Amino acid sequence: MLDVRNLEVVYDDVMLVLRGVSLTVPKGAIVALLGANGAGKSTLLRALSGLLDVHDGEITKGSITLNGEPIHHLRPAQVVQKGVSQVMEGRRILGELTVEENLRVGAHTRARQIDANLERVYGLFPVLKGRRRGVAGYLSGGEQQMLAVGRALMASPEVLLLDEPSLGLAPALVGQIRELIVEINKQGTTVLLVEQNATMALSIASHGYVMETGKIVMDKPAADLLSDEDIKEFYLGLGAEGAAKSFRDVKHYKRRKRWLS
Amino acid sequence: MKGLLETVVRGLGNGSVYALLALGFVIIYKATKVISFAQPALMLAGAVAVSYLVEVTGFYLAVPLAALMIALLALGIERVAIRPMVGRPVFVVAIITLGIDVVIRVVVNHYIGRDVRQMGDPWGFDQVSIGPLVVQERWLAMLAVTAVLVGLLFAFFRYTRYGLAMRAAAYDQETALAQGVSVGAVFALSWGLAGFLAAIAGMFVGTGQGVEQLTWIIALKALPAIILGGLDSLGGAVIGGLTIGVVESLFQSYQGDIAPWLGQNFAVVSPYVVMLLVLLVRPYGLFGTREVERV
Repeated sequence: MLDVRNLEVVYDDVMLVLRGVSLTVPKGAIVALLGANGAGKSTLLRALSGLLDVHDGEITKGSITLNGEPIHHLRPAQVVQKGVSQVMEGRRILGELTVEENLRVGAHTRARQIDANLERVYGLFPVLKGRRRGVAGYLSGGEQQMLAVGRALMASPEVLLLDEPSLGLAPALVGQIRELIVEINKQGTTVLLVEQNATMALSIASHGYVMETGKIVMDKPAADLLSDEDIKEFYLGLGAEGAAKSFRDVKHYKRRKRWLS
Repeated sequence: MKGLLETVVRGLGNGSVYALLALGFVIIYKATKVISFAQPALMLAGAVAVSYLVEVTGFYLAVPLAALMIALLALGIERVAIRPMVGRPVFVVAIITLGIDVVIRVVVNHYIGRDVRQMGDPWGFDQVSIGPLVVQERWLAMLAVTAVLVGLLFAFFRYTRYGLAMRAAAYDQETALAQGVSVGAVFALSWGLAGFLAAIAGMFVGTGQGVEQLTWIIALKALPAIILGGLDSLGGAVIGGLTIGVVESLFQSYQGDIAPWLGQNFAVVSPYVVMLLVLLVRPYGLFGTREVERV
Protein backbone atom coordinates (compact mmCIF):
# COMPACT_ATOMS: atom_id res chain seq x y z
CA MET A 1 0.00 0.00 0.00
CA LEU A 2 1.28 3.40 -1.01
CA ASP A 3 0.25 6.15 1.33
CA VAL A 4 0.78 9.89 0.90
CA ARG A 5 0.05 12.14 3.87
CA ASN A 6 -0.19 15.95 3.79
CA LEU A 7 2.52 16.29 1.19
CA GLU A 8 3.88 19.74 0.46
CA VAL A 9 6.32 20.32 -2.36
CA VAL A 10 8.16 23.54 -3.09
CA TYR A 11 10.04 24.31 -6.31
CA ASP A 12 13.02 26.66 -6.32
CA ASP A 13 12.42 27.39 -2.62
CA VAL A 14 9.45 29.63 -3.47
CA MET A 15 6.78 27.92 -5.55
CA LEU A 16 4.39 25.90 -3.44
CA VAL A 17 3.10 23.34 -5.91
CA LEU A 18 1.57 20.66 -3.71
CA ARG A 19 -0.41 22.02 -0.80
CA GLY A 20 -1.05 19.17 1.58
CA VAL A 21 -1.92 16.27 -0.68
CA SER A 22 -3.11 13.02 0.85
CA LEU A 23 -3.80 9.92 -1.17
CA THR A 24 -3.90 6.18 -0.68
CA VAL A 25 -3.23 3.48 -3.23
CA PRO A 26 -4.34 0.14 -1.77
CA LYS A 27 -2.37 -2.97 -2.67
CA GLY A 28 -3.49 -4.55 -5.92
CA ALA A 29 -5.76 -1.69 -6.96
CA ILE A 30 -5.81 0.71 -9.88
CA VAL A 31 -6.21 4.27 -8.63
CA ALA A 32 -6.77 7.14 -11.03
CA LEU A 33 -5.51 10.66 -10.44
CA LEU A 34 -7.23 13.27 -12.60
CA GLY A 35 -6.64 16.93 -13.04
CA ALA A 36 -6.03 19.69 -15.55
CA ASN A 37 -2.64 20.89 -16.71
CA GLY A 38 -0.59 22.39 -13.92
CA ALA A 39 -2.62 20.83 -11.14
CA GLY A 40 0.48 19.15 -9.72
CA LYS A 41 -0.06 15.57 -10.84
CA SER A 42 3.38 15.12 -12.31
CA THR A 43 4.93 16.81 -9.30
CA LEU A 44 3.21 14.30 -7.06
CA LEU A 45 4.64 11.45 -9.12
CA ARG A 46 8.10 13.02 -9.01
CA ALA A 47 7.85 13.24 -5.26
CA LEU A 48 6.87 9.57 -5.14
CA SER A 49 9.79 8.41 -7.27
CA GLY A 50 12.40 10.76 -5.79
CA LEU A 51 12.94 12.75 -8.98
CA LEU A 52 12.16 16.16 -7.46
CA ASP A 53 15.86 16.90 -7.07
CA VAL A 54 16.38 17.10 -10.82
CA HIS A 55 13.79 19.86 -11.02
CA ASP A 56 14.98 21.76 -7.95
CA GLY A 57 11.96 20.65 -5.99
CA GLU A 58 11.83 19.68 -2.36
CA ILE A 59 9.38 17.98 -0.02
CA THR A 60 8.87 20.43 2.83
CA LYS A 61 6.14 18.64 4.76
CA GLY A 62 4.31 15.38 4.98
CA SER A 63 5.28 11.81 4.30
CA ILE A 64 5.14 9.05 1.74
CA THR A 65 5.08 5.48 2.99
CA LEU A 66 5.20 2.20 1.15
CA ASN A 67 3.72 -0.57 3.30
CA GLY A 68 4.31 1.58 6.36
CA GLU A 69 7.93 2.32 5.52
CA PRO A 70 8.78 5.97 4.79
CA ILE A 71 10.30 6.45 1.31
CA HIS A 72 10.16 10.21 0.75
CA HIS A 73 13.77 10.81 1.74
CA LEU A 74 15.22 8.10 -0.50
CA ARG A 75 17.19 8.62 -3.69
CA PRO A 76 15.54 7.53 -6.98
CA ALA A 77 17.64 4.37 -7.22
CA GLN A 78 16.56 3.30 -3.73
CA VAL A 79 12.91 4.01 -4.48
CA VAL A 80 13.08 1.75 -7.53
CA GLN A 81 14.81 -0.86 -5.39
CA LYS A 82 11.94 -0.68 -2.89
CA GLY A 83 9.46 -1.41 -5.66
CA VAL A 84 8.07 1.88 -6.96
CA SER A 85 8.68 2.49 -10.68
CA GLN A 86 7.57 5.44 -12.73
CA VAL A 87 6.74 5.69 -16.41
CA MET A 88 7.45 9.31 -17.13
CA GLU A 89 5.27 11.60 -19.15
CA GLY A 90 6.20 11.72 -22.81
CA ARG A 91 7.61 8.17 -22.77
CA ARG A 92 11.26 9.25 -22.57
CA ILE A 93 12.62 6.35 -24.58
CA LEU A 94 16.40 6.07 -24.85
CA GLY A 95 16.29 6.64 -28.59
CA GLU A 96 19.87 5.70 -29.44
CA LEU A 97 19.65 2.32 -27.72
CA THR A 98 17.94 -0.77 -29.06
CA VAL A 99 14.61 -1.96 -27.68
CA GLU A 100 16.23 -4.73 -25.68
CA GLU A 101 18.92 -2.41 -24.33
CA ASN A 102 16.18 -0.06 -23.13
CA LEU A 103 14.60 -2.95 -21.28
CA ARG A 104 17.95 -3.98 -19.82
CA VAL A 105 18.47 -0.46 -18.49
CA GLY A 106 15.09 -0.81 -16.80
CA ALA A 107 16.36 -3.95 -15.10
CA HIS A 108 19.31 -2.09 -13.59
CA THR A 109 18.20 -2.74 -10.00
CA ARG A 110 16.97 -6.29 -10.67
CA ALA A 111 19.82 -7.82 -12.60
CA ARG A 112 19.12 -11.34 -11.33
CA GLN A 113 15.57 -11.51 -12.65
CA ILE A 114 16.43 -10.09 -16.04
CA ASP A 115 15.56 -13.18 -18.08
CA ALA A 116 12.25 -13.88 -16.37
CA ASN A 117 11.26 -10.22 -16.64
CA LEU A 118 12.25 -10.01 -20.31
CA GLU A 119 10.00 -12.97 -20.98
CA ARG A 120 7.14 -11.36 -19.07
CA VAL A 121 7.48 -8.06 -20.94
CA TYR A 122 7.73 -9.78 -24.33
CA GLY A 123 4.65 -11.79 -23.37
CA LEU A 124 2.72 -8.60 -22.60
CA PHE A 125 4.03 -6.73 -25.64
CA PRO A 126 4.69 -9.16 -28.51
CA VAL A 127 5.36 -6.17 -30.81
CA LEU A 128 8.49 -5.36 -28.86
CA LYS A 129 9.85 -8.87 -29.22
CA GLY A 130 9.69 -8.57 -32.99
CA ARG A 131 11.71 -5.37 -32.87
CA ARG A 132 14.04 -6.14 -30.01
CA ARG A 133 17.19 -5.46 -32.05
CA GLY A 134 15.74 -2.33 -33.63
CA VAL A 135 16.71 1.18 -32.55
CA ALA A 136 14.12 2.37 -30.05
CA GLY A 137 13.93 5.87 -31.52
CA TYR A 138 12.35 4.46 -34.68
CA LEU A 139 9.38 2.86 -32.91
CA SER A 140 5.93 4.35 -33.38
CA GLY A 141 4.32 6.34 -30.57
CA GLY A 142 2.26 3.43 -29.32
CA GLU A 143 5.21 1.07 -29.42
CA GLN A 144 7.32 3.60 -27.55
CA GLN A 145 4.67 3.83 -24.84
CA MET A 146 4.66 0.05 -24.55
CA LEU A 147 8.44 0.09 -24.33
CA ALA A 148 8.30 2.72 -21.59
CA VAL A 149 5.83 0.63 -19.60
CA GLY A 150 7.80 -2.54 -20.27
CA ARG A 151 11.01 -0.86 -19.16
CA ALA A 152 9.41 0.08 -15.84
CA LEU A 153 8.13 -3.49 -15.42
CA MET A 154 11.69 -4.79 -15.80
CA ALA A 155 12.32 -3.57 -12.24
CA SER A 156 9.55 -5.89 -10.94
CA PRO A 157 7.74 -2.99 -9.28
CA GLU A 158 5.14 -3.45 -6.60
CA VAL A 159 3.60 -0.11 -7.51
CA LEU A 160 3.64 1.23 -11.06
CA LEU A 161 3.22 4.98 -11.54
CA LEU A 162 1.90 5.81 -14.99
CA ASP A 163 2.06 9.44 -16.10
CA GLU A 164 -0.35 10.03 -18.97
CA PRO A 165 0.15 6.81 -20.89
CA SER A 166 -2.50 7.84 -23.42
CA LEU A 167 -0.77 11.11 -24.31
CA GLY A 168 -0.65 11.66 -28.05
CA LEU A 169 -1.96 8.22 -29.01
CA ALA A 170 -4.73 7.35 -31.45
CA PRO A 171 -8.03 6.24 -29.84
CA ALA A 172 -7.53 2.62 -30.93
CA LEU A 173 -4.11 2.58 -29.28
CA VAL A 174 -5.51 4.15 -26.12
CA GLY A 175 -7.89 1.20 -25.91
CA GLN A 176 -4.97 -1.17 -26.30
CA ILE A 177 -2.95 0.57 -23.59
CA ARG A 178 -6.00 0.48 -21.33
CA GLU A 179 -6.30 -3.27 -21.70
CA LEU A 180 -2.60 -3.70 -21.02
CA ILE A 181 -2.87 -1.72 -17.80
CA VAL A 182 -5.69 -4.00 -16.67
CA GLU A 183 -3.61 -7.05 -17.59
CA ILE A 184 -0.54 -5.75 -15.72
CA ASN A 185 -2.73 -5.06 -12.70
CA LYS A 186 -4.16 -8.59 -12.87
CA GLN A 187 -0.64 -9.95 -12.71
CA GLY A 188 -0.33 -8.35 -9.29
CA THR A 189 1.05 -4.86 -9.82
CA THR A 190 -0.61 -1.95 -8.07
CA VAL A 191 -1.16 0.97 -10.46
CA LEU A 192 -1.42 4.70 -9.87
CA LEU A 193 -2.72 6.11 -13.14
CA VAL A 194 -2.35 9.82 -13.82
CA GLU A 195 -4.50 10.84 -16.76
CA GLN A 196 -6.19 13.65 -18.59
CA ASN A 197 -8.28 11.10 -20.43
CA ALA A 198 -10.70 10.75 -17.52
CA THR A 199 -13.12 8.38 -19.25
CA MET A 200 -10.38 5.87 -19.90
CA ALA A 201 -8.85 6.20 -16.46
CA LEU A 202 -12.11 5.94 -14.52
CA SER A 203 -13.32 3.00 -16.57
CA ILE A 204 -10.57 0.77 -15.17
CA ALA A 205 -9.83 2.37 -11.80
CA SER A 206 -11.47 1.37 -8.57
CA HIS A 207 -10.96 4.74 -6.95
CA GLY A 208 -10.34 8.22 -8.29
CA TYR A 209 -8.80 11.43 -7.00
CA VAL A 210 -9.25 14.83 -8.61
CA MET A 211 -6.51 17.40 -8.21
CA GLU A 212 -6.65 21.10 -8.77
CA THR A 213 -3.99 23.73 -8.06
CA GLY A 214 -2.00 21.48 -5.79
CA LYS A 215 -4.84 20.06 -3.75
CA ILE A 216 -7.02 16.98 -3.85
CA VAL A 217 -10.49 18.43 -4.33
CA MET A 218 -12.46 15.24 -4.71
CA ASP A 219 -11.95 11.65 -3.76
CA LYS A 220 -14.56 9.01 -4.54
CA PRO A 221 -14.92 5.49 -5.89
CA ALA A 222 -14.49 5.59 -9.66
CA ALA A 223 -18.12 4.70 -10.37
CA ASP A 224 -19.34 7.63 -8.25
CA LEU A 225 -16.95 9.99 -9.97
CA LEU A 226 -18.20 8.88 -13.38
CA SER A 227 -21.73 9.83 -12.40
CA ASP A 228 -20.76 13.05 -10.61
CA GLU A 229 -22.22 16.12 -12.26
CA ASP A 230 -19.11 18.27 -11.94
CA ILE A 231 -16.80 15.56 -13.22
CA LYS A 232 -19.13 14.89 -16.10
CA GLU A 233 -19.09 18.48 -17.15
CA PHE A 234 -15.51 19.50 -16.53
CA TYR A 235 -13.58 16.30 -17.20
CA LEU A 236 -15.74 14.08 -19.36
CA GLY A 237 -17.15 16.89 -21.47
CA LEU A 238 -20.77 15.79 -21.25
CA GLY A 239 -22.50 17.85 -18.66
CA ALA A 240 -26.00 19.19 -18.63
CA GLU A 241 -25.11 21.72 -21.26
CA GLY A 242 -22.62 19.55 -23.08
CA ALA A 243 -25.18 18.09 -25.41
CA ALA A 244 -25.96 21.12 -27.49
CA LYS A 245 -23.50 23.94 -27.12
CA SER A 246 -23.74 26.95 -29.32
CA PHE A 247 -20.92 29.42 -29.66
CA ARG A 248 -22.97 31.99 -27.80
CA ASP A 249 -22.77 29.87 -24.66
CA VAL A 250 -19.09 29.14 -24.90
CA LYS A 251 -18.15 32.62 -23.78
CA HIS A 252 -19.07 32.01 -20.16
CA TYR A 253 -19.43 29.07 -17.94
CA LYS A 254 -23.04 28.71 -16.87
CA ARG A 255 -22.15 26.62 -13.91
CA ARG A 256 -19.34 27.49 -11.58
CA LYS A 257 -17.13 24.76 -10.28
CA ARG A 258 -17.79 24.25 -6.61
CA TRP A 259 -15.97 21.59 -4.69
CA LEU A 260 -18.10 21.30 -1.62
CA SER A 261 -18.36 17.55 -1.44
CA MET B 1 55.93 2.96 -51.05
CA LYS B 2 57.80 1.09 -48.33
CA GLY B 3 58.66 4.34 -46.63
CA LEU B 4 55.05 5.46 -46.79
CA LEU B 5 53.77 2.27 -45.20
CA GLU B 6 56.35 2.49 -42.44
CA THR B 7 55.29 6.05 -41.84
CA VAL B 8 51.67 4.99 -41.61
CA VAL B 9 52.47 2.25 -39.09
CA ARG B 10 54.35 4.76 -36.95
CA GLY B 11 51.38 7.10 -37.22
CA LEU B 12 48.92 4.40 -36.23
CA GLY B 13 51.09 3.51 -33.24
CA ASN B 14 51.23 7.06 -31.96
CA GLY B 15 47.64 7.59 -33.01
CA SER B 16 46.46 4.72 -30.85
CA VAL B 17 47.93 6.51 -27.84
CA TYR B 18 46.00 9.64 -28.80
CA ALA B 19 42.93 7.44 -29.23
CA LEU B 20 43.23 6.11 -25.66
CA LEU B 21 43.48 9.64 -24.30
CA ALA B 22 40.65 10.84 -26.52
CA LEU B 23 38.44 8.00 -25.29
CA GLY B 24 38.99 9.24 -21.75
CA PHE B 25 37.94 12.76 -22.75
CA VAL B 26 34.85 11.48 -24.56
CA ILE B 27 33.77 9.11 -21.77
CA ILE B 28 33.90 11.90 -19.21
CA TYR B 29 32.23 14.33 -21.60
CA LYS B 30 29.37 11.97 -22.34
CA ALA B 31 28.69 11.27 -18.67
CA THR B 32 29.12 14.74 -17.22
CA LYS B 33 29.10 17.13 -20.21
CA VAL B 34 32.44 18.45 -19.01
CA ILE B 35 35.74 18.35 -20.86
CA SER B 36 38.22 17.21 -18.25
CA PHE B 37 41.52 18.99 -18.63
CA ALA B 38 43.01 16.73 -15.97
CA GLN B 39 43.73 14.02 -18.54
CA PRO B 40 47.33 15.16 -19.29
CA ALA B 41 48.21 15.03 -15.60
CA LEU B 42 46.64 11.59 -15.17
CA MET B 43 48.62 10.39 -18.18
CA LEU B 44 51.86 11.73 -16.73
CA ALA B 45 51.08 10.25 -13.33
CA GLY B 46 50.42 6.88 -14.98
CA ALA B 47 53.75 6.92 -16.78
CA VAL B 48 55.63 7.88 -13.62
CA ALA B 49 53.81 5.23 -11.59
CA VAL B 50 54.89 2.60 -14.10
CA SER B 51 58.48 3.84 -14.01
CA TYR B 52 58.59 3.35 -10.24
CA LEU B 53 56.61 0.11 -10.02
CA VAL B 54 58.67 -1.53 -12.74
CA GLU B 55 61.65 -1.74 -10.40
CA VAL B 56 59.58 -3.69 -7.88
CA THR B 57 57.23 -5.90 -9.82
CA GLY B 58 58.56 -6.07 -13.36
CA PHE B 59 57.03 -4.42 -16.39
CA TYR B 60 54.04 -6.62 -17.14
CA LEU B 61 52.65 -6.39 -13.62
CA ALA B 62 53.58 -2.74 -13.21
CA VAL B 63 51.35 -1.58 -16.07
CA PRO B 64 48.00 -2.89 -14.81
CA LEU B 65 48.91 -1.93 -11.25
CA ALA B 66 49.75 1.62 -12.26
CA ALA B 67 46.60 1.86 -14.37
CA LEU B 68 44.49 0.75 -11.42
CA MET B 69 46.27 3.23 -9.18
CA ILE B 70 45.52 6.09 -11.54
CA ALA B 71 41.93 4.91 -11.93
CA LEU B 72 41.57 5.07 -8.14
CA LEU B 73 43.16 8.50 -8.11
CA ALA B 74 40.66 9.66 -10.73
CA LEU B 75 37.80 8.20 -8.69
CA GLY B 76 39.03 10.14 -5.69
CA ILE B 77 39.27 13.37 -7.67
CA GLU B 78 35.75 12.91 -8.96
CA ARG B 79 34.37 12.29 -5.49
CA VAL B 80 36.19 15.16 -3.80
CA ALA B 81 36.31 17.89 -6.43
CA ILE B 82 33.72 17.17 -9.12
CA ARG B 83 30.70 15.61 -7.41
CA PRO B 84 30.00 18.61 -5.15
CA MET B 85 29.79 20.70 -8.31
CA VAL B 86 26.95 18.72 -9.90
CA GLY B 87 24.35 21.13 -11.22
CA ARG B 88 26.82 24.01 -11.46
CA PRO B 89 27.73 25.56 -14.82
CA VAL B 90 29.84 23.23 -16.94
CA PHE B 91 32.39 25.95 -17.51
CA VAL B 92 33.15 26.16 -13.79
CA VAL B 93 33.75 22.43 -13.57
CA ALA B 94 36.05 22.53 -16.59
CA ILE B 95 38.16 25.20 -14.90
CA ILE B 96 38.30 23.07 -11.76
CA THR B 97 39.73 20.21 -13.83
CA LEU B 98 42.40 22.62 -15.10
CA GLY B 99 43.34 23.34 -11.51
CA ILE B 100 43.43 19.64 -10.69
CA ASP B 101 45.69 19.11 -13.69
CA VAL B 102 48.19 21.65 -12.39
CA VAL B 103 48.13 20.23 -8.86
CA ILE B 104 48.73 16.66 -9.97
CA ARG B 105 51.51 17.72 -12.34
CA VAL B 106 53.34 19.64 -9.64
CA VAL B 107 53.21 16.64 -7.33
CA VAL B 108 54.23 14.23 -10.06
CA ASN B 109 57.07 16.48 -11.23
CA HIS B 110 58.55 16.07 -7.79
CA TYR B 111 58.83 12.34 -8.48
CA ILE B 112 60.27 12.85 -11.95
CA GLY B 113 63.05 15.20 -10.97
CA ARG B 114 65.32 16.63 -13.59
CA ASP B 115 66.15 13.44 -15.44
CA VAL B 116 64.26 11.33 -17.88
CA ARG B 117 62.68 8.33 -16.20
CA GLN B 118 62.70 5.07 -18.15
CA MET B 119 59.68 2.80 -18.39
CA GLY B 120 61.74 -0.38 -18.34
CA ASP B 121 59.61 -1.60 -21.21
CA PRO B 122 60.67 -4.59 -23.28
CA TRP B 123 60.40 -2.77 -26.61
CA GLY B 124 62.66 0.26 -26.41
CA PHE B 125 63.57 1.32 -29.96
CA ASP B 126 63.90 -2.28 -31.21
CA GLN B 127 62.82 -2.87 -34.71
CA VAL B 128 61.09 -5.79 -36.32
CA SER B 129 60.54 -6.59 -39.97
CA ILE B 130 57.17 -7.63 -41.30
CA GLY B 131 57.79 -8.72 -44.88
CA PRO B 132 59.65 -5.84 -46.48
CA LEU B 133 58.67 -3.31 -43.82
CA VAL B 134 60.93 -2.46 -40.93
CA VAL B 135 59.04 -0.86 -38.04
CA GLN B 136 59.59 -0.36 -34.35
CA GLU B 137 58.12 -3.01 -32.10
CA ARG B 138 56.56 -0.43 -29.84
CA TRP B 139 54.26 0.90 -32.56
CA LEU B 140 52.88 -2.60 -32.98
CA ALA B 141 52.51 -3.05 -29.21
CA MET B 142 50.59 0.24 -28.97
CA LEU B 143 48.27 -0.75 -31.79
CA ALA B 144 47.63 -4.22 -30.40
CA VAL B 145 46.98 -3.12 -26.83
CA THR B 146 44.75 -0.28 -27.96
CA ALA B 147 42.79 -2.63 -30.20
CA VAL B 148 42.21 -5.00 -27.28
CA LEU B 149 41.24 -2.18 -24.90
CA VAL B 150 38.87 -0.60 -27.41
CA GLY B 151 37.27 -3.99 -28.02
CA LEU B 152 36.79 -4.52 -24.29
CA LEU B 153 35.44 -1.01 -23.86
CA PHE B 154 32.86 -1.41 -26.61
CA ALA B 155 31.79 -4.79 -25.21
CA PHE B 156 31.48 -3.12 -21.80
CA PHE B 157 29.18 -0.43 -23.16
CA ARG B 158 27.14 -2.91 -25.13
CA TYR B 159 26.63 -5.85 -22.84
CA THR B 160 27.21 -4.97 -19.22
CA ARG B 161 24.77 -3.49 -16.76
CA TYR B 162 26.90 -0.50 -15.90
CA GLY B 163 27.90 0.09 -19.51
CA LEU B 164 24.24 0.33 -20.46
CA ALA B 165 23.57 2.52 -17.43
CA MET B 166 26.31 4.90 -18.59
CA ARG B 167 24.85 5.12 -22.09
CA ALA B 168 21.38 5.67 -20.66
CA ALA B 169 22.63 8.44 -18.38
CA ALA B 170 24.49 10.05 -21.27
CA TYR B 171 21.32 10.10 -23.36
CA ASP B 172 18.83 11.24 -20.73
CA GLN B 173 19.87 11.64 -17.13
CA GLU B 174 16.41 11.90 -15.62
CA THR B 175 15.19 8.78 -17.39
CA ALA B 176 18.25 6.91 -16.21
CA LEU B 177 17.52 8.05 -12.66
CA ALA B 178 13.94 6.85 -12.95
CA GLN B 179 15.19 3.39 -13.92
CA GLY B 180 17.20 3.19 -10.72
CA VAL B 181 20.56 4.10 -12.21
CA SER B 182 22.71 6.01 -9.75
CA VAL B 183 24.05 8.91 -11.75
CA GLY B 184 26.76 9.50 -9.16
CA ALA B 185 28.09 6.01 -9.82
CA VAL B 186 28.07 6.76 -13.54
CA PHE B 187 30.15 9.91 -13.00
CA ALA B 188 32.61 8.03 -10.83
CA LEU B 189 32.89 5.19 -13.31
CA SER B 190 33.54 7.55 -16.19
CA TRP B 191 36.40 9.19 -14.32
CA GLY B 192 37.80 5.83 -13.30
CA LEU B 193 37.77 4.56 -16.87
CA ALA B 194 39.34 7.76 -18.18
CA GLY B 195 42.09 7.52 -15.56
CA PHE B 196 42.78 3.90 -16.46
CA LEU B 197 43.05 4.67 -20.17
CA ALA B 198 45.22 7.75 -19.54
CA ALA B 199 47.66 5.69 -17.48
CA ILE B 200 48.04 3.09 -20.25
CA ALA B 201 48.54 5.90 -22.76
CA GLY B 202 51.18 7.46 -20.49
CA MET B 203 53.06 4.19 -20.30
CA PHE B 204 53.15 3.98 -24.11
CA VAL B 205 54.24 7.59 -24.48
CA GLY B 206 57.15 6.73 -22.19
CA THR B 207 58.26 3.63 -24.10
CA GLY B 208 61.62 4.23 -25.73
CA GLN B 209 62.10 7.89 -24.95
CA GLY B 210 61.04 7.79 -21.28
CA VAL B 211 59.08 10.44 -19.37
CA GLU B 212 60.16 13.89 -18.34
CA GLN B 213 58.34 16.88 -16.93
CA LEU B 214 57.22 18.14 -20.33
CA THR B 215 55.79 14.84 -21.54
CA TRP B 216 52.26 15.91 -20.58
CA ILE B 217 52.10 18.15 -23.66
CA ILE B 218 51.66 15.06 -25.81
CA ALA B 219 48.27 14.47 -24.17
CA LEU B 220 47.01 17.71 -25.67
CA LYS B 221 47.03 16.03 -29.07
CA ALA B 222 43.96 14.15 -27.91
CA LEU B 223 42.07 17.45 -28.26
CA PRO B 224 42.44 17.56 -32.06
CA ALA B 225 41.48 13.89 -32.03
CA ILE B 226 38.18 14.46 -30.21
CA ILE B 227 37.38 17.55 -32.27
CA LEU B 228 37.97 15.55 -35.45
CA GLY B 229 36.02 12.51 -34.28
CA GLY B 230 33.22 14.39 -32.58
CA LEU B 231 33.08 15.19 -28.87
CA ASP B 232 30.39 12.70 -28.01
CA SER B 233 31.36 9.71 -30.12
CA LEU B 234 33.50 6.86 -28.78
CA GLY B 235 34.10 5.49 -32.27
CA GLY B 236 34.97 8.99 -33.37
CA ALA B 237 37.59 9.26 -30.63
CA VAL B 238 39.35 6.12 -31.88
CA ILE B 239 39.24 7.11 -35.53
CA GLY B 240 40.13 10.71 -34.72
CA GLY B 241 43.11 9.59 -32.65
CA LEU B 242 44.44 7.28 -35.33
CA THR B 243 43.95 9.89 -38.04
CA ILE B 244 45.76 12.56 -36.08
CA GLY B 245 48.62 10.12 -35.48
CA VAL B 246 48.93 9.30 -39.18
CA VAL B 247 48.69 12.95 -40.26
CA GLU B 248 51.42 13.90 -37.84
CA SER B 249 53.60 11.02 -38.98
CA LEU B 250 53.13 11.93 -42.65
CA PHE B 251 54.18 15.50 -41.96
CA GLN B 252 57.21 14.21 -40.09
CA SER B 253 58.35 12.13 -43.06
CA TYR B 254 57.46 14.26 -46.04
CA GLN B 255 56.95 17.89 -45.10
CA GLY B 256 60.69 18.58 -45.16
CA ASP B 257 60.90 17.53 -48.82
CA ILE B 258 57.56 18.72 -50.13
CA ALA B 259 57.11 21.98 -48.27
CA PRO B 260 60.43 23.02 -46.74
CA TRP B 261 59.16 26.61 -46.48
CA LEU B 262 56.98 25.57 -43.54
CA GLY B 263 60.12 25.25 -41.50
CA GLN B 264 61.39 22.45 -39.33
CA ASN B 265 59.23 20.42 -36.99
CA PHE B 266 55.98 21.48 -38.56
CA ALA B 267 54.69 17.99 -37.70
CA VAL B 268 54.38 19.10 -34.08
CA VAL B 269 51.69 21.64 -34.93
CA SER B 270 50.03 19.65 -37.71
CA PRO B 271 47.40 18.09 -35.40
CA TYR B 272 46.28 21.56 -34.37
CA VAL B 273 46.10 22.69 -37.98
CA VAL B 274 43.77 19.76 -38.62
CA MET B 275 41.74 20.78 -35.57
CA LEU B 276 41.38 24.35 -36.87
CA LEU B 277 40.26 23.10 -40.27
CA VAL B 278 37.69 20.76 -38.72
CA LEU B 279 36.37 23.53 -36.50
CA LEU B 280 35.94 25.76 -39.55
CA VAL B 281 34.30 23.20 -41.81
CA ARG B 282 32.53 20.72 -39.57
CA PRO B 283 32.59 21.89 -35.95
CA TYR B 284 30.73 18.86 -34.59
CA GLY B 285 33.37 16.51 -36.00
CA LEU B 286 33.03 13.43 -38.16
CA PHE B 287 30.72 11.42 -35.92
CA GLY B 288 29.55 13.96 -33.36
CA THR B 289 25.95 14.97 -32.85
CA ARG B 290 25.13 18.01 -34.86
CA GLU B 291 23.96 20.83 -32.65
CA VAL B 292 20.69 22.18 -33.93
CA GLU B 293 19.88 25.58 -32.55
CA ARG B 294 17.21 28.02 -33.55
CA VAL B 295 17.95 31.68 -33.33
